[in-house]
Amino acid sequence: MKILGLNEKDSRFLLIVIFLTLATPVLLQPFPEGSGMAQFNAGYPDLMQRFAIFGIFAIGFNILFGLTGYLSFGHAAFLGIGSYAVVWMYKLLDYNVIWGLPLAVVVSGIVALGIGFISLRRSGIYFSILTLAFAQMMFVISYSDLFGRFVGTTITNGETGLQVYGNDPQVLLGATEPSSPHFFGIVMRENFWTPQFGDWQFTFNNGYYFCAVIAILAFYLSLRIFRSPFGLMLRAIKTNQNRLNYTGVHSRPYTLAAFVISGMYAGLAGGLLAAMDPLAGAERMQWTESGTVVLMTILGGAGTLMGPVLGAGFIKYFENIFSKINDNVLHQWFAWMPDGLEDAIVWVLHFFVGKGWHLTLGVLFMLVVIFLPGGLVEGGTRIWRFIRGTDRKEKTADATHQPEHVAYVAEKEEF
Amino acid sequence: MGILEVKDVSKRFGGLKALSDVNLSVEEGTVHAIIGPNGAGKSTLLNCFVGKLIPDTGSVMFEGHSLLGIKPHQINQLGVSRVFQTPEIFSELTVFENVMIACFAKRDGSFRLQPFKTVENETDIVEKAEQMLVDVSMIEKRDMHSASLSRGDKRRLEMAMCLAQDPKLLLLDEPTAGMARADTNNTIELLKDIQKQRGITMAIIEHDMHVVFSLADRITVLAQGTPIVEDVPEKIKGHPKVQEAYLGTAH
Ligand SMILES: Nc1ncnc2c1ncn2[C@@H]1O[C@H](COP(=O)(O)OP(=O)(O)O)[C@@H](O)[C@H]1O
Ligand SMILES: [Mg+2]
Repeated sequence: MKILGLNEKDSRFLLIVIFLTLATPVLLQPFPEGSGMAQFNAGYPDLMQRFAIFGIFAIGFNILFGLTGYLSFGHAAFLGIGSYAVVWMYKLLDYNVIWGLPLAVVVSGIVALGIGFISLRRSGIYFSILTLAFAQMMFVISYSDLFGRFVGTTITNGETGLQVYGNDPQVLLGATEPSSPHFFGIVMRENFWTPQFGDWQFTFNNGYYFCAVIAILAFYLSLRIFRSPFGLMLRAIKTNQNRLNYTGVHSRPYTLAAFVISGMYAGLAGGLLAAMDPLAGAERMQWTESGTVVLMTILGGAGTLMGPVLGAGFIKYFENIFSKINDNVLHQWFAWMPDGLEDAIVWVLHFFVGKGWHLTLGVLFMLVVIFLPGGLVEGGTRIWRFIRGTDRKEKTADATHQPEHVAYVAEKEEF
Repeated sequence: MGILEVKDVSKRFGGLKALSDVNLSVEEGTVHAIIGPNGAGKSTLLNCFVGKLIPDTGSVMFEGHSLLGIKPHQINQLGVSRVFQTPEIFSELTVFENVMIACFAKRDGSFRLQPFKTVENETDIVEKAEQMLVDVSMIEKRDMHSASLSRGDKRRLEMAMCLAQDPKLLLLDEPTAGMARADTNNTIELLKDIQKQRGITMAIIEHDMHVVFSLADRITVLAQGTPIVEDVPEKIKGHPKVQEAYLGTAH
């Protein structure tokens, strides 16, 4: 079966992704309420929304970093811009997200064009530093509301963050309109179905499904880009920009297009954050957020289609679930042990849960980078091959049978 | 008037005069070899044709366009393709993808944004790329990771990429350097075939004069940055100045 201009394999792939996305509220709720494992359930709206939103963020980032190899350390700037754009539309028009989201994409695209135009004059570490510098500048500008002070009215509302106040114009606000973000009356924070099956409790939330549909579209778009001549050129840039230039291709506009597209994805993600929770703060632009999306992409597998989504899910899961485990919970788990041993184990694990979840993430990240350089996707592929019993050597046979000749003239052209 | 006209080109690197007053004319449809001992300035000269270096003086004209001060991709789009001394390919991509990129660059120019097309549905590109691989007898390696190719095959692939662009002028910098004997012979045969079938104008830079003897229509001998002789291969072989240039720098 072929759908939406994809070949058979990709069509199947897309359908699986759609199924998994739509079934998330069930799939992430495997443990019955009240059981000791219930705290590992992730099927609640707030977290699922984050999975979808940061999935979008990482999918977009991957178009730049995964395909071209240009590592931006400033993508959080676009996340923040997206949020501000959406909240401004709440303030000026009304709570319908239909105004803010397109604006978030457009504005972050324009800003990405400017930042990309300058940063892409350099490559490698210099490019990364330039993007980082731009993002930090934007963070400071937002945090101190610098532009707002120039124009005489607030733009970002400084450290308090931007939010809707009673005296905001909201010119389109109807009498019966919901007073929280909605999409033509579908209120984001409301659930449309909360069925209970025995001890299992599921939550089907409007906001999650809104994000999920957009995430599926975002994924489909990235799939098309991966398979397009444009995607091929981006991969060529990553592997040998020198050859590409001498093949008649101007790489700069390609990298700039990739930068702008990934910036627009980030803006969309930021807009969706504000669509779920009508607030926008400067902290969303901080470099740690930029770093998170880098981690997500590498952890999941840079340059792969699913990797960034998996990475985003993984990190958000750890952030939310591991950070909630405290010493009491640990004591409950290990209560069956002799007291001394119990205390010792809890004392050690204590550093890896709660506020220490970053430590767990750090260890995990190191393990993945060292043992699975292709990220979680590579891990999945290896397990799959192992289950099917296919020999990994098959693929590398050519390299072993036809070893590369050693050059005795080691002259490499630099460009 | 040749397709490539080099006039009074000089280039200095600090105190070293790498090229001095080089004059050269490559006629359309011919194979022109530039030979000379190591360090004679051959690569430097070639880099002046492709936008990598700008000579201190002189001019380089291709079909009436100056090649000085324009970017490598612009020079390529004018119809000048180049093969590197060490094969430059997209080693993380498959053999087929490598050739397709060259086909796209030829068809779509230096930049064209087409994120919604699908590579495998671009039948003209796919067919052309397949034909190119057949022409260099690499079609059975179509889906191989190009990093795992032998040196000779990498050279073949690079050549296929250049040919896919139907260049008006093909520049080759020591195309057989670092190759095993069998690969060297293969490459020479390939170049002869290309010349016979397509009549592409070629400028070949070579250290080893035996490689180009059977190939070139004309040979220019470069020594210490200056052309000392230019003639047909038969006349070059026993030329006393050439012997001197090579023997003079022999190890
Ligand atoms: N970028 C450079 N900077 C300084 N000197 C260079 C540079 N490129 C080449 N040279 C020098 O110019 C001379 C000619 O080099 P080259 O053109 O590579 O010779 P060939 O290709 O004929 O062996 C050599 O002495 C080399 O060391
Ligand atoms: Mg050389």
